[in-house]
Amino acid sequence: MTLFGIPLETHPIWLTLQVATITTIVLLVIGVPIAWGLSRMRSRWRVVFEALVSLPLVLPPTVLGFYLIIAMNPNGPLTEFLGLFGFSGQLTFNFTGLVIGSVLFSLPFMVQPMMSAFQGLSEEVLDAARLMRAGFVDRFFSVILPLSRQGLLVGSVLTFAHTVGEFGVVLMVGGNIEGQTRMVSIAIFDHVESFEYAQAHLLSAVMVIFAFATLVGVYLINRRFSARLG
Amino acid sequence: MFAGNLTLTVGDFRMASGDFAFESDGVTALFGRSGSGKSTLLRAMAGLDRHTRGRLRFHDEVWQDGRRGLPAEQRDIGMVFQHAALLAHRTVRGNLDFAARRAPTDRGAAIDRDQIIERTGIAPLLDRAVANLSGGERQRIAIARALIGRPRVLMMDEPLAALDWRAKAELLDLFETVIRDFGIPTVLITHAPAEVERLADRVVFMADGRVERVEALREALGRADSPLFTEEGPVASLEGHLEPVADDPHRLSFITRPRAATDMPVTLWLAHDGRPTNTGSRRLRVRGDDVALARGPVTGISVQNQVAGRIEHIETSRPGRAAVFLELADGQRLVSEVTAHTIDSMGLADGQSVTALIKGAALMG
Amino acid sequence: MLKKTLMAALLASGWLSAAAAQAETLTVAVAANFTKAVEEIGAAWEEASGHEVRFSFGPSGKLLAQIRNGAPFDAYFSADTARPQRLVESGEARDFFVYARGKLALFSLELPVDERAEEILAQGAFRYLAAANPKAAPYGLAAQQVLAKRALYQRYRAAGKIATGESITQTFQFVATGNAQLGFVALSQLRDPQSPIQDRGHVWMPPAKDYDPIEQGAAALTRSKHPEVVDDFMAFLRSREGATIIEKYGYDTP
Repeated sequence: MTLFGIPLETHPIWLTLQVATITTIVLLVIGVPIAWGLSRMRSRWRVVFEALVSLPLVLPPTVLGFYLIIAMNPNGPLTEFLGLFGFSGQLTFNFTGLVIGSVLFSLPFMVQPMMSAFQGLSEEVLDAARLMRAGFVDRFFSVILPLSRQGLLVGSVLTFAHTVGEFGVVLMVGGNIEGQTRMVSIAIFDHVESFEYAQAHLLSAVMVIFAFATLVGVYLINRRFSARLG
Repeated sequence: MFAGNLTLTVGDFRMASGDFAFESDGVTALFGRSGSGKSTLLRAMAGLDRHTRGRLRFHDEVWQDGRRGLPAEQRDIGMVFQHAALLAHRTVRGNLDFAARRAPTDRGAAIDRDQIIERTGIAPLLDRAVANLSGGERQRIAIARALIGRPRVLMMDEPLAALDWRAKAELLDLFETVIRDFGIPTVLITHAPAEVERLADRVVFMADGRVERVEALREALGRADSPLFTEEGPVASLEGHLEPVADDPHRLSFITRPRAATDMPVTLWLAHDGRPTNTGSRRLRVRGDDVALARGPVTGISVQNQVAGRIEHIETSRPGRAAVFLELADGQRLVSEVTAHTIDSMGLADGQSVTALIKGAALMG
Repeated sequence: MLKKTLMAALLASGWLSAAAAQAETLTVAVAANFTKAVEEIGAAWEEASGHEVRFSFGPSGKLLAQIRNGAPFDAYFSADTARPQRLVESGEARDFFVYARGKLALFSLELPVDERAEEILAQGAFRYLAAANPKAAPYGLAAQQVLAKRALYQRYRAAGKIATGESITQTFQFVATGNAQLGFVALSQLRDPQSPIQDRGHVWMPPAKDYDPIEQGAAALTRSKHPEVVDDFMAFLRSREGATIIEKYGYDTP
């Protein structure tokens, strides 16, 4: 199967969807405990951690990307840390590197909606569940997550969309290798640079439609929930 | 039996109960103005705040010892919060199932689920989402849910405060019968004297974050300086039996329950607007303002309820006013609030026999 | 201030015209890769002429857009030749010339490319080779030509061995951080006294005939209010003294 004349399995769109999907799943798994911990934190250090999580929002992607290629080079601290768990090889310029970079860069997009969902939970409802003999794990899965699903959904959609649209970090960490790390945004950039406007338009149109649909989705989710819970 | 001494600091507020002890059977009201520490004490007793310190025993079970507390989820408490705290992601039935699935099987009040649903009147709501229910409906579900969890103690934190007057009256009726019939020990937080007078067997008075005193309701209503009288003046609470009157939908009869075998019941007539109300065993509030005193039965007057009583004692209730506490033939107590001038001009004194004239409209069923 | 006054007195008595003794300030737009070299030239020229010069550094394309939109620059030093030539054609600039020729370098922290570059390239015993995007950067095109000449470009590209930097700066970072074992960078990046890899690693210079010259062109802008001062700066840059500085930073001069 081919898409715009490129085999599907090496097409930037397919690669982008894969990276975005895995990034979203990984962030759901690690974002939930981070967001929960932050939302319940009463210490004054909380602002420090909150700022840390939000850092990718304000850092230029190239700065984050630069730190990442230092941390992830074959002798970098991250690579050596993973080496403790039996990892060997290189993190940059491949799929793993793209996912790690995207996870870090999209962290605030997942954690912030989750945090506000967790903070919006009624203490009384959680207390009521507790008095009905629901222990923490029980409460977490039967009350906290279901009641926060709007935040989880919005966070996932934003993370997915943001990963799809990301440029600076994936360029730096991925090395723009065709069929391996060339994602849609980079492909568009390359087409524009080489005056291949037709291809650029085509991919850009896909991106615009996708981004638009995503945002409509987010607003729909918000409206549906506010109608139901309001 | 609850006994202990708890402290809990929330923000700037410090609750330090001091030593307290009270029986847990029947209904115990935690009464005090807002900011007196009622809710904080209740949260501490329920084990909902890990910063709770001190000690607490429930019968011979230790619930709190220093820093260590029995986890809230192991205390078998059925809780009804002010705003019901229903699980918004579940239907009404789902809320009940949540409690049922986690209820203990070997202890607590085993009440038939269908009976709870019937008594709380929520059968038509079972398949509804909880989002669009009225405040009254939500509280009915909250109490049903609490009961289905087979609690050893029912705790209610201002369960009526957020409701309109009609829902309030209906739920007050519901609480009165459900608590009495199912016999679950209940701790009720309220700042409304009317709820105390209707429901409570004893009152824990709170002020400035500590327990001021614990009194049986009869004692709490037997002194003019009772905090229950601050807003509306002295009030009496009569135990008895409310019954419809044959052929007259606008009247009910209330036959009081004698305290001792030698006492005689008293019958009062109540005006009734026809809406459903709890008949059978219940309490009747009589405000001191609505009770006038005469030397003997009066004829040619609109007041139908004329009851003979003996003056127990007279106390100044507020400047220029006096509370006259009467013992009726049934051994129960009625209170009349009159002006200090009346006391003098009528020459009222302890031990005298008088007739209490109770305005019919004051006794709405 | 004292120095300036002395300088002015000296100049008034000497070999510069009286008109030039009036100290002017030039603003010059310079492609980012030429930053270090032009700063040193600027300092030397200020010393010699008594005028002042301020620089605005950035990507050539952005600077061009700023000029097109009325930025008050006196001269433009681009990283290519096409952009300044376009300004000359439209009458916005004059006196185009090539001020430097970039030199491509193969750099590696570990591999002995200085001794066995051809062998290493041919064997491909590395995981990643970094090069700038040929579509976006002239050094990338040059790297592509060097590889193509050895029939290696398609091979490595197909094997996913070429990590592409979107600029020569990013390409340099790929190699300097060890993520790519070797890479084609600009010699000027290695010659920079502040470069993080100063005196480290191995360098091989591909023969100049293997790639099209990487020429950087400049032109004086016609909107300048001090054309004579601009000419003086340009002349200084093209003098023996200027050329020495340019070459020191790893460029060839015409």
